[in-house]
Parts: sequence; structure tokens; C-alpha cells
Amino acid sequence: MELTEHLFRHESGRMVAAVTRIFGMHNLALAEDVVQEAFCRAIEVWAFRGVPENPSAWLMRTAKNCALDVLRRERTARTFAPELGRLLESEWTLAPVIEDAFRPQAIKDDLLRMMLSCCYPQLAEEAQIALILHILCGFSVDEIASALVSTNAAIEKRISRGKKTLAKSKKLFDVTAPAEFSSRLPSVHTALYLLFNEGYHGANPEFAVRSELCREAMRLTAVLLQHPQSAIPRTYALAALMCFHAARVPARLDASGNLSSLFEQDRSAWDQQLIAEGLSFLDHSAKGSEVSEYHIEAAIASVHATARGMEDTDWVKIVSLYDSLMTIRPSPIVALNRAIAIAQRDGPERGVEEIQAITDRDRLNSYPFYWAALGEFELRTKRYGAAHGHFRSALALARNDAERHFFGQRLQASQAAVHS
Amino acid sequence: MSEFTYLFRGRKTSGSPEEMQKHFEKWVAWFKELGAAGRLKDPGRPLEGTGKIVNGSQKVVRDGPYAEAKDVVGGYITVEADDIAQAVELSKGCPILEAGGSVEVRPVQKLNV
Repeated sequence: MELTEHLFRHESGRMVAAVTRIFGMHNLALAEDVVQEAFCRAIEVWAFRGVPENPSAWLMRTAKNCALDVLRRERTARTFAPELGRLLESEWTLAPVIEDAFRPQAIKDDLLRMMLSCCYPQLAEEAQIALILHILCGFSVDEIASALVSTNAAIEKRISRGKKTLAKSKKLFDVTAPAEFSSRLPSVHTALYLLFNEGYHGANPEFAVRSELCREAMRLTAVLLQHPQSAIPRTYALAALMCFHAARVPARLDASGNLSSLFEQDRSAWDQQLIAEGLSFLDHSAKGSEVSEYHIEAAIASVHATARGMEDTDWVKIVSLYDSLMTIRPSPIVALNRAIAIAQRDGPERGVEEIQAITDRDRLNSYPFYWAALGEFELRTKRYGAAHGHFRSALALARNDAERHFFGQRLQASQAAVHS
Repeated sequence: MSEFTYLFRGRKTSGSPEEMQKHFEKWVAWFKELGAAGRLKDPGRPLEGTGKIVNGSQKVVRDGPYAEAKDVVGGYITVEADDIAQAVELSKGCPILEAGGSVEVRPVQKLNV
């Protein structure tokens, strides 16, 4: 029997969370050792005997047994989860307590609890994301550094500091306290949203690596949807948004592997199943009275996802959605996207005007797509010299080969127009 | 054709979950390769890392194996090969080598010499 792809990585988060519930957050490193030992044993036993029928259950059972060994060995030297306290100290209670703690029903919410723990509000968002990738998604420091185009030292520091902060709370997040749950949930949404965006727009040149980040964000969002307290309209809106964007991923690269803008994408390559899933999530998201930024972004993405082409796109609707987004969550990037939509609706001159009216416009100076948008508008109004200058700025800011190639092509197009 | 027993020492203990899974898949591929070539005589057994050592005429029992992790035998299989040179060659595909471990290749004694 073949293992499913990334099985170890995916099971790692569940196992670490389950063991940490027993050991306590301050013993996270010990829980990680236990999980590593379970993987070592799996390799040894499965290589000789073949993969068991239910590899996930086998791994969890092995982690449980390894955890028991550790508890027996360390119980006089350490304190474990405060709520289990003395029950772990005596052999009479130890085994039954552990047996009970690893029932399928008991471990069901552990991943969710760990996710809520990682999104501790006092931690910077980038630290939360690194912790999620490390603890829940099973990425090593090296793998995270390479995925996020950072250095090992920086990620290592972020994770070890983050773990120290988590250790202060000792126990995993309590999902049975409704008020705390609801107040923590928005941080989880933000972290997963940022994780998805890192994959979708991130700097990593490897398309496959970025897709992996998007898939992880979607997998964890699906975990939120399985729990009644986190399956709220906002979460559905976030899930819808991710589906619509992910549906377009196959078309973002053209046949020769180059970045392709929304204007040129082959829409037949969009994943219709993901679009359908996104529409169904969008329906669910409309069940409350709340309209979050995710609702609006999902609505915008749904207009694109269901339009047959650029010309069939309802730009009037998109502009009005961007207007709402600007009132809920104003940012220079949202304003830029709104300007692009206005240019589609009213012509490129209006687009340029809208861009010039953006407050904090200088914050966009280091964003290559800002210059590219200006270049596009100037190109369409036949001010080729200005267009050329903007594309050159975009090219200078490109973060990877795909972007360099893309802006380089636009630069050539404007150059050709100057000479024609 | 002669039989040779491989004794595997050491284990891969470090690596991300993804790397551990890749390592496991190499073991599967290697066993498959031996099997497909008709070399795998006995698929053997993995051994626990702990046990007891009973020693000498005093029959002293102690916990063991006490050797370093890299010296502990973690499992064995038996293969068929033309000669020791070929058995050694076949053993070079074993993934334990990449994890810093070793394979001891021992000819199995024939009964009717």
C-alpha cells in the first residue's frame, strides 16, 4: 500500500497537538520528540512489514505509547498538563487517563485547539504564521525559510520566541469557552488569510511551493468549518475566497510557464469544481447579518470566477464592492485594485486619476504591481514614454524570475509602441 | 547462489516529517527492487531498540543493548546473491546508509559443506 502524499506532515500536526494536550504547552519540544520517535518506528516497522491498513491510526497509537513511556520516565522530574496533574503521577491512573485522552472523540478538536493557541494575539502575525507552518503543518525551519524566502536564522528565532510565549499558557486553548473562542477566532482568520496570500502572491519563485502554502491554508480553514463554533459566516466567506483564487491558479502560468495576468488568462483552465465549492461556501457565508472583509473579497472573486471573459465582467458591481471594502478595511492595495476596476469601467484616464488620489500612495512605491498598473493605463492612453518608465520601475522591483519575465514583456510592448 | 544476511545498524532520527516520509519511501523502493530481482530470501524483522543482555556462566542479566544508537541492530533480512561481492553491491542501495547507518553483510553458513 502506498502512503498518501504528505501523510507524515499532515499527521504530525494532529499528533503534536494531541500529545501536547497531555504534556502541556510548556513541554511542546518533548511532544515533538515523541512524534519524531513515532515516525522513526513507523519507518522501521512499515519497511519490513508493510504499511498498516490505517496508517494514521497506527501513528497516533504509537505516539500514545511513546508518550506513556515519557510520562513514566519523567513524571518525577517534570510537571505536565495542569488539568491532568496528579492523575499522571500514579500508575493506577496513568494508563486509563492516557487511554481516555487519545480516544478518537477526545483528539478530534486538538488540531483546532493548537491552531487557536498559535494565534495568540500578543504574537506578531508573522510569528503566528511561522508557528502554524511549523507545529500544525509539520514544516521544518529550513522548509519554512525556503517557502517564505527568509533565512533559517530569522525563522528559527521567530519560532523559538513564539514557542516561549506559547509555553506561558501551559495548556492548549480551551474550545469549550465560547467567549474566548469567539474573540480568538478573528486572529486565526487573519493568519490563515495571510498564509494563503503568501502562497498566492508570495515572493517564492517556485510555483509548487506557493501552491503548497495555499493548500495548507485551505486545509486548516476546512478544520475550522468542521467545528460548530468556528463554522460561522466569516469562516465560510474566507473559505469561499480561497476557493475562487485557488481555482484560477492553474491558469496563472501560461503554456511556457510564464506569469499570465487576469486579462490574458485561459479561463477554460480555471478549476470549475473549486468555483462551485466557492459558490456554495459563499451561500453559507450569507446566513448571518455580518459583512466582513472576507465576504466582500469573496464576492469580488466570485464575479471574476463566474465571468466568461474580461468584457463580460460586471465592473460596476466590482467597483461598488471595492467601495465597501474601502470603508471596512481601507489600504493602499485595496485602493489600487479599486482604481484598476474603475479604469475597466470608465477608461484608463480615470484609473490614473484614482491612483493619484490614493492616500498613503507612497506606501505602494515598493510594490511592483503598482507601477505595472500605472504602466498599463499609460499604455492604453498611448502615452508610451510614461508607460515605459513605469514598467521599468516594476521590473526593477520584481521579486522572482516569473515577475521579471512578466514585467520585461510589458516593458518591451511599451518600447515597441514608442517606435511604431 | 548463496544466502547472505544483512544486519542493519543505526536509524534516521532527524528530519522533517516530509523528509522522514521520503526516507520511508526509499526503504519501500529498495525492498521492492530486491523482491523484483528475486533476491529477497527472507524479508526479516525489525527489532526494538531495547532489550536484555544475558551474559556468561553467571547468567548476569542487564538492560541492553548499551552500545550507541548507531551500533544497535535495528533489523535484518536475508538475500540471495552469487557471491559476497554481489551481496555487498546489492546492500549499497539500502537507505540506512544515507542516514549514517551501516549494513553488515554476513554469509549464511551452508549445512552440507
